[in-house]
Amino acid sequence: MSVGLYKKKLSLLLAGLILTLPLSLFAEGILPTVPKAKAKATAEYGCVNPVADMRRNHMKYLLHHRDQTMHKGIRTKKYSLAKCIACHVTPDKNGKYPKFGDNDFFCSSCHNYAAVTIDCFQCHNDNPKSAYSSLNLNRQSLPEGHEKFTSNDTLPSGDAK
Amino acid sequence: MSHIESSKNAALTRRKFLGSAMATTAGLTIAPGVLLFRAAQAKPAAQAVTSKVRWGLLIDNTKCSTGCDDCVTACKTVHKLEGHNRPETDVQWIRKLTVTDKQTGHVMSLPMMCQHCGNPPCVDVCPTGASFKRADGIVLVDRHICIGCRYCMMACPYKARSFEHEVVHDQSVSAPRGKGTVESCTLCVYRVDHGKIPACVEACNEAKHGAMLFGDLNDPESEISKRLTKYGGKEIRADLGLNTGVRYQGI
Repeated sequence: MSVGLYKKKLSLLLAGLILTLPLSLFAEGILPTVPKAKAKATAEYGCVNPVADMRRNHMKYLLHHRDQTMHKGIRTKKYSLAKCIACHVTPDKNGKYPKFGDNDFFCSSCHNYAAVTIDCFQCHNDNPKSAYSSLNLNRQSLPEGHEKFTSNDTLPSGDAK
Repeated sequence: MSHIESSKNAALTRRKFLGSAMATTAGLTIAPGVLLFRAAQAKPAAQAVTSKVRWGLLIDNTKCSTGCDDCVTACKTVHKLEGHNRPETDVQWIRKLTVTDKQTGHVMSLPMMCQHCGNPPCVDVCPTGASFKRADGIVLVDRHICIGCRYCMMACPYKARSFEHEVVHDQSVSAPRGKGTVESCTLCVYRVDHGKIPACVEACNEAKHGAMLFGDLNDPESEISKRLTKYGGKEIRADLGLNTGVRYQGI
């Protein structure tokens, strides 16, 4: 076999591989399938910020908000972890919520793929419904939106700034 | 301010309406610091807590009866504190103490929890800065920073702090908590920030015991300050000079 023919064959093989690679990735489900959120937090972006920004910077927003809430008592809904979970963690057809670690759990769908370990859910509840459930036990009226877990409760509204 | 902006929304909620109304009335002062009328109102969510307020509790021990643990039950329910049948190490944010005077045989029962000290020893000893006092006087553990060394548990004269030894599931949104960190009474900081009173106080009032009163110690017009001025309130271990936010009457 001449060197030229060998090169041609190799390049054909490579071209074929490159062409089929993305298809096969999707076909075998190697790329993460990120579950859809329950609703649009803002009309213009979908999420509280543009999606590309949230993908790149969500950890910074969460970390900053964590310290603001813990130490200064600032409890705005934008960047609140509980509100992220309330909107992004949705039940399946049978009403069963995915758990952190499952591929159909919003955070783990990507974090499993990227092999980035997070420890938020060692302390925070990954189930929006049960996280709010103990608040229902109070007989006196509770903070607005916390009386019971409803779909409308999940949207950051006026205090998004 | 955020709640004023949000009032542009067609769906003006009750809380936001009250918030805006409160902001308007805040301007109606006779002199600095003197409001024409005041209301128990949550601070706007975006506003940081300030040292103008110091939250405190007043416990009237003459109304607190032996055997009643409504406050303890309420705390456990609201924060989803679950034990493992190991009373020595199970977490407790509030507990009932029974104290007997050996001389007279007089028995009294009192609730004991984090005393939210003005000079908290737990904060002094914490090596990481996880133990801290908020501007409004609430002493907390930042469990994002806590390494679980338990030095604060040894420093606390009230045995108010607990260590979580087991993996925790199904936490309340008001009390995220997990294995390997120290925790204690938060004075229901989540509820207080939303303009509510602590769960133990609410339970005590609802059961018509009325042994617990929550309020702002810095505000001379608050019910708690008025009662403290009139009748006084004792600190437990006042000799330590901790300036506790929880005061007792009738002990």
